[in-house]
Parts: sequence; C-alpha cells; structure tokens
Amino acid sequence: MQRTSLFNIVSVTIGLAFLYLPIATLVIYSFNASRLVTLWGGWSLMWYQELLHDDAVLQAAWVSVRVAVLSATAATALGTLAAIALTRAGRFHGRLLFSGMVYAPLVMPEVITGLSLLLLFVALNVDRGFWTIVIAHTTLTMCFVTVIVQSRLVSFDRSLEEAAMDLGCPPLRTFLIVTLPLIAPAVAAGWMLAFSLSLDDLVIASFTTGPGATTLPIRIYSEVRLGVKPEINAVCTLMIAIVAAATIFSSLMAKRGAVRRKQAALGAQV
Amino acid sequence: MHSGDNGRSSRGIVLVPYLWLALFFLAPFAIVLKISLSQTALAQPPYLPVFDLSAGWAGVKDFAGQLSLDTYKLVGADTLYLLAYLKSLEIAAISTALLLIIGYPIAFGMARAPRAWQPLLVMAVVLPFWTSFLIRVYAWINILQRDGLLNEVLLKLHVINTPAAWLSSDTAIYIGVVYSYLPFMVLPLYATLEKIDESLLEAAADLGCPRRKTFWLVVLPLSLPGVAAGAMLCFIPIVGEFVIPDLLGGSETLMIGQTLWTEFFSNRDWPVASAIAVTLLGLLLVPILLYERLQQRSLEGGR
Repeated sequence: MQRTSLFNIVSVTIGLAFLYLPIATLVIYSFNASRLVTLWGGWSLMWYQELLHDDAVLQAAWVSVRVAVLSATAATALGTLAAIALTRAGRFHGRLLFSGMVYAPLVMPEVITGLSLLLLFVALNVDRGFWTIVIAHTTLTMCFVTVIVQSRLVSFDRSLEEAAMDLGCPPLRTFLIVTLPLIAPAVAAGWMLAFSLSLDDLVIASFTTGPGATTLPIRIYSEVRLGVKPEINAVCTLMIAIVAAATIFSSLMAKRGAVRRKQAALGAQV
Repeated sequence: MHSGDNGRSSRGIVLVPYLWLALFFLAPFAIVLKISLSQTALAQPPYLPVFDLSAGWAGVKDFAGQLSLDTYKLVGADTLYLLAYLKSLEIAAISTALLLIIGYPIAFGMARAPRAWQPLLVMAVVLPFWTSFLIRVYAWINILQRDGLLNEVLLKLHVINTPAAWLSSDTAIYIGVVYSYLPFMVLPLYATLEKIDESLLEAAADLGCPRRKTFWLVVLPLSLPGVAAGAMLCFIPIVGEFVIPDLLGGSETLMIGQTLWTEFFSNRDWPVASAIAVTLLGLLLVPILLYERLQQRSLEGGR
C-alpha cells in the first residue's frame, strides 16, 4: 500500500494537527505571565516557581510515581507470564475464561472496574490507601502488558527455542537465554505503558484510594473542577515532557539494540 | 514443543496470573452483584444484609432471604437512570461513527505513506495516547471556555460576534471523546490497512477497475476486521465514560458513568451504584464478547 496522494497527505496532516494543537496550546500557556488564558502576558516561569512551593501537588506527584513504579513492575511480571501462558501453554483447563479475563479489562468501563475493586477491598476488610491503588493498577495494566508481549511472542520464530531445547537446554534456561532477550523490547514497552497508564488513572484510583493516598490525577481533577489554573498547565507540561522524553529514549534504545543485533548477526555469518 | 517438561512448566506459569485475575477481576463482580441485591443502610459498610459466616448455615439462609430486587425496581422506575443509559448509548454510537469517519482517512493515509515514514507516523499517533488522558481533556477546557482560544479565534475572524458557549454542551463531549479516543480507532485500522497486499490493488487496476471502485470493492471489505476492532475498542469504554462528560459536558443530562459516580460518592448509595454497574455490564456484554473473539482471533491465531 504505497501511493501517496494529496488526499492522503492532507488527511494525515490534519489528523496530527488535531492531535497535537490542544497539547501545544496547553504547553505554551503554561509559560504565560498572565493569569487569564486569553491574555498573553509574555513568557514567564512564574507558574513553575509557584509549583515548587505547592506541597500538596508535589506530595501527590510522589505518591503517583511510587504507585506507578510498583504497579508497572508487578504488572509486567504478571502480564508477561500471562502472555507466555496464552501463546505457549497450548490448551489448558479454563483457557477460554483466562483469555476472557485478560482481554475484558482493556475495554471495561473504568467506573465498573473501580467500583468492583473497592467493594472487594471492603468485603475483605482491607484498609484502603496506597497499596489498594497499587493492586488495582496492577490488575488493570497487566492486561495491556499481556497484549503487547503476546503480539511479540506470536510473531517471532519459534524454531530458535526449539533448537535450544533440541540441544538439551532445559525449558527455564531456554526461556531466560533465548526467549526473554527476544521479547525484551516488548516487555520494556509493556512496562512503560503500564507506568504511564497508572500515572494517568483518575477513576480507578478515586474508588480504591483511602486517607493519605492522594495521587496526582486525583489532585489535578479536584483543581480542574474549579476552573482553569495556569499552575495546572505547568504540572501537565512537566508530565508531557517526562513522557515524551521517556518515549523517545526508549525508541532510541530499541533502535540501538536492533543495530547491535544486526551487527552480531553479520559477525556470526562472517 | 507442547509435550513433556515444557508443557508442565507452562501450565505452572498460567497459575499465578490466573489466580490474580480471578481474585481481583472476576470475584469482585460477584460482590457487586450481591450488593446490588442489598438495601441501603445508615451503617458502615452502608448496606444490608452484611454477610456473616460465623452464624453458619442459618446465617447464610438468613442472608439469602434478605436479598431482594428492590434496588433494580428503583433503578427501573426512575426515568433519570433510563435517560442516562440512553444518553450514554447515543453519545457512544455517534462518537464511534465520527471516529470511524475521521480515523479511516488518517489510517489510510498512514498506510500509503512511504515505508520509511510509517514507524514515525505510528509513533506520532501513539505519543498523545501516552500523555495523560486527564491532561488531554483539560487542554480542551482551555480552548472551549467562554474566554478561551476558540472563541477568540472565531471573534477575530468575524465568524461570530459574541462569544459562544462551547463548554458544558454535547458538542464539547463529542469533541473531547473524539479527541481522546482517536488513537484507539486509527491504530487497529492502520494495522489491517497496512497488511493489505499491494498486488491485489495492482490486479484490480490492471483489470480496469477505477481507483475509487477498488477502494469500495477491495480495500474496505479487507479492512473490516480493523473497523470492527476499532469500533469495539471505542464504543465500549465510551458508554461508561466519566471524566470527559464530567469536565466538558453540561449538567442537564448525565451519562451513566457520571450517575454511578454520583450515587457512589455523593449519595453514598452503594446498592444503587452496584445495580447501575450490573445493568451497564449486561448492556455491554455482547459488545465485550465480540471484542474478545476478535482479540483471540488476532492474537492467538487460528488455534
């Protein structure tokens, strides 16, 4: 499918403009010296300075980062296991239920997931707070990890694993030295996605949180409900910058990895 | 490959994620169902009856006797809830159609771009999806509010003479939904369009089929799995959407996600919130199952 027409160029350009313009305005107005959105008061870093003294926002950001790191790590472990189970375990008892449970959270409205998890925590008499958010986010994001890792496992050449095993390599070692390096980019991408989904989530965190565990989205939401605040623009710009930097960094790493693998393959041929 | 040791160790691998999802995803639904059959009470937790295992079998019987469909009757009788369900379905259906109309040309253009550009274009579409959902909705408040950018631009261009109220309207909800869900529509469409074999199009052209007709006869039918996947991926979560209507929409008609949120957080009526969740799940069950079939087929092959 390669024949670029004017129509195609225009539709892609307009599409990308639609996606990026609102974010761009938000970033630009975070540097506005005026409190009003429409009034441009010149460039200024005043909202970032104000942010540095806003303990509530800083504390919420710290809670969010810790939740995201813990839940993304747990979700990556669980999600990768689930992906291996779905692609390598063949038929097993309850497979249909299992894959159903893996795919459903991807589309399940968040209010339902949030409410049901909260009622579970109440029924189990668990104190709600930091750890209940971590568990909730792990449950949601592991399914995204599974799908990413699974699509990588489906597409790669299984004969490499078979060769290792034919040569007497035990399954666990085969997994560690053959499979894992091959799916590593997908596992890393899964972690990144889980991390950013957790950092982003408002609804599920609102249901499962407790005293003393206010995440950044919960904080932003309560401010935003009262109207636009340039300070919030500054928080959002910082979050966008971090995510963009992480994405570009990880894609550069993936590229370097690909180049190195290519060189290694060429070296092996010579 | 599936025999012997490896098969067994794989089966061991299944157990951990299986149990996790069973405990934290499946089991909670049973609890939601149970509470939707309970009564509101001024207690902690705020519902009755409370399950008490210590009373033994008599306790279980007593408990089952107190369950009732009263909450569902309440939800069914009040038009507020019915209107909220209808509103949610309407917004989800129209937004999905809009997303298809807007997303298809973008995905099509991406699939026809030079090969070397395609990964970059995919990344450009994915990147906004990695930035916070809340932030992207919030960005639109900046633009749509009365003294916001949109009104300013329109006033300067003399399209309008007085500032229009964009915020707190269905239009704002549609803008927010289409904006937030666009990557979910474009990516599955692109994935199927990109796989279409160039030689099929050449064959159609060689046989004298005009390009427009080729699109309708060859490209569109081949892209239908992507259309279905994108539509499900958007429609289902939009029905239960909370953040977008809450921040951009008006207060006269609520979507069902907002109703559930209010019942839970403001009215502290857990049985009604649970009944709304159960009904919503029932409403979405068929689309969810359809989506799962599509996922199984695309990710697990012809197994």
